[in-house]
Amino acid sequence: MSLSATTARPSPAAPPSPDVDRRRRRGRLFNRLDVKYSPYLYIAPFFLIFGVFGLYPMLRTAWMSLHDWDMIGEHTFIGFDNYTRLVSDEYFWNALVNTFGIFALSTIPQLLLALFLANLLNRSLLRAKTFFRMAIFMPNVVSVAAVAIVFGMLFQREFGLFNWLLSFVGVDPVDWDGHRWSSWTAISSMVNWRWTGYNTLILLAGMQAIPKDLYEAAEIDGASPWRQFWQITLPMLKPTFIFVVILSTIGGMQLFTEPLLFGNGNIIGGNQREFQTLAMYMYEMGIVNLNTAGYGAAVAWAIFMIIIVVSLFNFLLVRRSAK
Amino acid sequence: MSVTTRRTRLAAAALAAITAVSGLAACGNDDDKPAAGEKPAKLVVDTFGEMGYDELVKQYEKDTGIKVELRKTAQLGEYRPKLVRYLATGKGAADVTALEEGILNEFKPNARNWADLSPLVADHSKEYLPWKWELGKAPDGRLIGLPTDVGSLAVCYRKDLFQAAGLPAERDQVSALWPDWKGFHDAGLKYKQGSGGKAFIDSITAVSNGVLFQGNGDLFYDKEDNIIADTSPAVKNAWDTATSMADISAKASTWSPEWSGGFKQGTFAATFCPSWMLGIVSDNSGPANKGKWDVASVPGGGGNWGGSWLAVPAQSKYPKEAAKLAEYLTNAKSQVEAFKLKGPLPTNLEALKNEAFLGYTNEYFSNAPTGKIFGESVAKIQPIHLGPKHQAVKENALEPALRAFENGQADKAKAWEQFTKDAKTQGAF
Repeated sequence: MSLSATTARPSPAAPPSPDVDRRRRRGRLFNRLDVKYSPYLYIAPFFLIFGVFGLYPMLRTAWMSLHDWDMIGEHTFIGFDNYTRLVSDEYFWNALVNTFGIFALSTIPQLLLALFLANLLNRSLLRAKTFFRMAIFMPNVVSVAAVAIVFGMLFQREFGLFNWLLSFVGVDPVDWDGHRWSSWTAISSMVNWRWTGYNTLILLAGMQAIPKDLYEAAEIDGASPWRQFWQITLPMLKPTFIFVVILSTIGGMQLFTEPLLFGNGNIIGGNQREFQTLAMYMYEMGIVNLNTAGYGAAVAWAIFMIIIVVSLFNFLLVRRSAK
Repeated sequence: MSVTTRRTRLAAAALAAITAVSGLAACGNDDDKPAAGEKPAKLVVDTFGEMGYDELVKQYEKDTGIKVELRKTAQLGEYRPKLVRYLATGKGAADVTALEEGILNEFKPNARNWADLSPLVADHSKEYLPWKWELGKAPDGRLIGLPTDVGSLAVCYRKDLFQAAGLPAERDQVSALWPDWKGFHDAGLKYKQGSGGKAFIDSITAVSNGVLFQGNGDLFYDKEDNIIADTSPAVKNAWDTATSMADISAKASTWSPEWSGGFKQGTFAATFCPSWMLGIVSDNSGPANKGKWDVASVPGGGGNWGGSWLAVPAQSKYPKEAAKLAEYLTNAKSQVEAFKLKGPLPTNLEALKNEAFLGYTNEYFSNAPTGKIFGESVAKIQPIHLGPKHQAVKENALEPALRAFENGQADKAKAWEQFTKDAKTQGAF
């Protein structure tokens, strides 16, 4: 290598010996290899980790989904049978409806509220900005299990805070996990509590990136703050909004811990599966029931596909409406 | 030139590092099977909950010179996934593994994961409760588990609340109130009347559980493991008994927050107690309620809820020594020691006759002679055949349907329909 060339440097007068020439050529070869391949080496760690923890489990899950797979026993190849079974599986569709129901109940009010709060925090008149920004983000730092346990206590039938409060306005105690609407409300409230602040901050960052002169110009033209919000803030916020919507979609489709702990850890989510989400159904089939791991893998892939479709749909929707 | 040189070297170093790491990973795979007859330096024991092996294991170490590592997991819910991972990957299992009733049944169809113990230990089949011994065998006849404890059923009741409602409070009189489940329901109605409408039992699923485990014939599966949940008379009996109790139930299903909170609040006056439940009842009720609880016999004779076996995974490197250790931990002397330490009820016939065991009284439960009460009810337990997915059918089909009925989400016919349909999917294997 070139390192050794310094020690064996020939005198300048002498013509380059064949030995030095070979070394130089080798150095050039290394140089060429370096330019060509070392970039790949630099990005290799990411791909290695992604391959091990991302791609391999995905492909393995796909492979499992084509089998009748017993976790601690036999594996038999059955082609796409798991997927055909999925299409006619009542409880899969039930879980899908639950997931979308809770998703709608949590994402829509959450994003509206986040937009409202972000707009408030974006006011230049506001004092103690950093305090409010920190405060609004706090719920997101709390562990999801702690949130679910505390909310589970608040929503208890016998000794829960909400039923106690309701008793003052003459409402009978609600059996929160006994109905679809009530359990969905309870679970969405956990998600909303935890994620509104997070989305507010992202939207706020997006709002601050909007050039101030646009607002100044609008003000000179006599546009009201409301009009400024509709015609400047919202359209300029589009990319941030798409990002937030897609993130919420992924989170919403994978909702697991909140409903699980809300139902005292029972994987079927309510006596009549009122709040069993897709992720819970996947866990029931793939992990709890040892002999249906293959079917659980099929559910996992179905969730993956649904996330892609819903994200695309949201993307198109948000892009269109913001035009 | 010097910049590219440094790059080249860096790249080379990175490449070297990567190969080194993958090389190491390759080395880690080596199987170090011991030579035959070699004495193990250490045996590992996996248990859940409190099985009372702490002192026994120390004694074994002293006697044999083999070190024993006791790995305890508090919750069964955490224990099972760990076990599944060990079996699925063929790595990490302990040499001796405690298997709870539900887990054992679920693992039985794949009995190859477990060592056959019959050639490894002496024949003990006559020394244990016969049905308990039989349950330790796989369908192909291999012996995969040595019996540890049973969860013989009793009724825990609140003496003070009974008295206040005009019911007898003394334990023999209370037991006499309910020779059968009809008597139990009548007592409940009387309590409700005398207490101004308060609930008598925690939930109807607690009742169904008790009736099921009294074993009047096959439950969810027949002897050939065909699922018969919708036609089994024993299941229908449990269903009818449970649903008839809805008017005296506090609708607090076992393990729910309403349930654990209910002990302190006195929302119910009686619940079903296998011996291992006594500790949970006293924990939930707190020191303030000490001496208010007592133990009576269960309606309709004995019954069994829970209980475990010790097994040796096929992946153990020392199956012979592990089997010897399991044999030691389940013998009569050890079972009495374990009972004294943590309370698991013996299954060894000799241990069940032991005086220290029979003379044991429980201070928290008004000094009830729990050794005698549970010892007697053990004798009444009928052998039951539990199919491979008994637990799943019970927890995810029967009990949700019963709770739906109890909470008024479905009428009796609708709830039964829900159960029979779910039993087929949950019970398939």
